[in-house]
Amino acid sequence: MSGFFKSSIGRKVAMALSAFFLMFFLLQHFAINMLSVFSPDTFNEVSHFMGTNPLVQFALQPVLIFGVVFHFIMGFILELKNKKANGVNYAKNNGAANSSWMSRNMIWSGVAILAFVVLHFIDFWFPEINTKFIQGDWSGTMDGVEGFRYYEELVHKFSNPARVVAYVIAFVFLALHLMHGFTSAFQSMGSTAGRKQTLQNIGKAYSIIIPLGFVVIALYHFFNH
Amino acid sequence: MNLTLKIWRQKDSSSKGQMVDYKVTDISEHMSFLEMMDVLNEQLVNTGEEPVAFDHDCREGICGMCSMYINGEAHGPDRGITTCQLHMRMFKDGDTITIEPFRAAAFPVIKDLVVDRTSFERIQQAGGFISVNTSGNTQDANSIPISKIAADEAMDAATCIGCGACVATCKNSSAMLFVGAKVSQYALLPQGRVEATERVQNMVAQMDLEGFGNCTNTGACEVECPKGISLDNIARMNRELMKASV
Ligand code: HEM
Ligand code: SF4
Ligand code: FES
Repeated sequence: MSGFFKSSIGRKVAMALSAFFLMFFLLQHFAINMLSVFSPDTFNEVSHFMGTNPLVQFALQPVLIFGVVFHFIMGFILELKNKKANGVNYAKNNGAANSSWMSRNMIWSGVAILAFVVLHFIDFWFPEINTKFIQGDWSGTMDGVEGFRYYEELVHKFSNPARVVAYVIAFVFLALHLMHGFTSAFQSMGSTAGRKQTLQNIGKAYSIIIPLGFVVIALYHFFNH
Repeated sequence: MNLTLKIWRQKDSSSKGQMVDYKVTDISEHMSFLEMMDVLNEQLVNTGEEPVAFDHDCREGICGMCSMYINGEAHGPDRGITTCQLHMRMFKDGDTITIEPFRAAAFPVIKDLVVDRTSFERIQQAGGFISVNTSGNTQDANSIPISKIAADEAMDAATCIGCGACVATCKNSSAMLFVGAKVSQYALLPQGRVEATERVQNMVAQMDLEGFGNCTNTGACEVECPKGISLDNIARMNRELMKASV
């Protein structure tokens, strides 16, 4: 089995597995963020639960971090290996004749997402870690805010137009990444389902609706406050 | 028609190559691309220059020898064909055509447009066969029932001519369409199932050893493949390797 994950195909399978995990996570993240638009109170409740539940904090969160790090490191490794396999570059290469832009630029859409992930960690994750693990404050409250602090923090972040623009750009790249990645992951897992119309439609819907939804959430908070 | 050709010239595997411009005149639109290359070479021989080396054999689309990356595509702009089947009517008078060898680290240039594709042969030798007794006592293959679907899919996979267009086209120089076709051809049939586990493991190991890249499912190979080998064969190979590893 260890030999399998050292093979070219095994690496692709590992890549696809981490991608499936990330796509599932994204769906969950999207659902919770949507609450901030429809019901700030519910959003606060759920955020507090996610932020303080030991199972989420000490089991799911490390798995998520591992999944993200694994996915992009493996992405870089595969890209380097593939560049090495190329040899001399063509003087003229018409990639558009036989493949989509998205499929040929997964590493660049990936790098854009990675840049966003870094920004996102600085925005939300590091302050959370600081509050909870360094200052030891697990109350979920903040001076000057009634009830839980999560909604206020979110709204505050999205009052900055530069941040909103950065988020919107990142989600465009996420959409492009998923437009190829969603069905590609099925193929890597040895399933031909990704080549059938049904799954291609689901993939297209997922890769447009989820990033667009995140954009709408960011814009809603920017214009609403 | 009159054409300008930009052709990769390289003396031998250890020399550095470069693109060189040539002019050819009075090319008939009914000529094949290789016939056009013959016209150029005749011209070069007459002027005492070294003719352009290129691979070819059957000139009827079945041997897979003719290679060439023409205007940024393996076997040129047409679909479902090899270079020997590419007609000059695909081009216009006054066109400039860029002609390069198939590129991949595992396909080193031998001379000009000729590349060494023996890496494919070594992959075949690693498992692209069945071990049968051919002493004369072989069982009649027709006595083994095989579903029509499996038979058709195996036959389709078997049409791969090992030309290497899939590798040349792939941005990752991946050989997975070729290997997928070879693995599938046997995996689908009862005679091939016997050695299926070792076959897929050995062929994939050899493919990795030769330095081919990792498939990212761009699908470019399937579009450029002269025999229309389907990406489903790559998925099947992935399944076969997973099955072989558990
Ligand atoms: C953190 C930065 C990221 C980088 C650098 C990155 C990079 C890559 C690369 C290089 C590939 C391989 C290309 C391919 O298989 O076609 C890939 C595949 C994929 N990525 Fe990402 N990615 C990142 C984040 C994400 C995220 C956040 C998601 C989803 C939410 C995602 C979903 C996918 C999917 C579905 C695939 C296809 C898997 C496969 O074909 O086996 N990626 N990524
Ligand atoms: S899969 Fe198609 S492109 Fe690749 S070697 Fe076989 S015939 Fe040529
Ligand atoms: S020369 Fe045989 S396929 Fe072209």
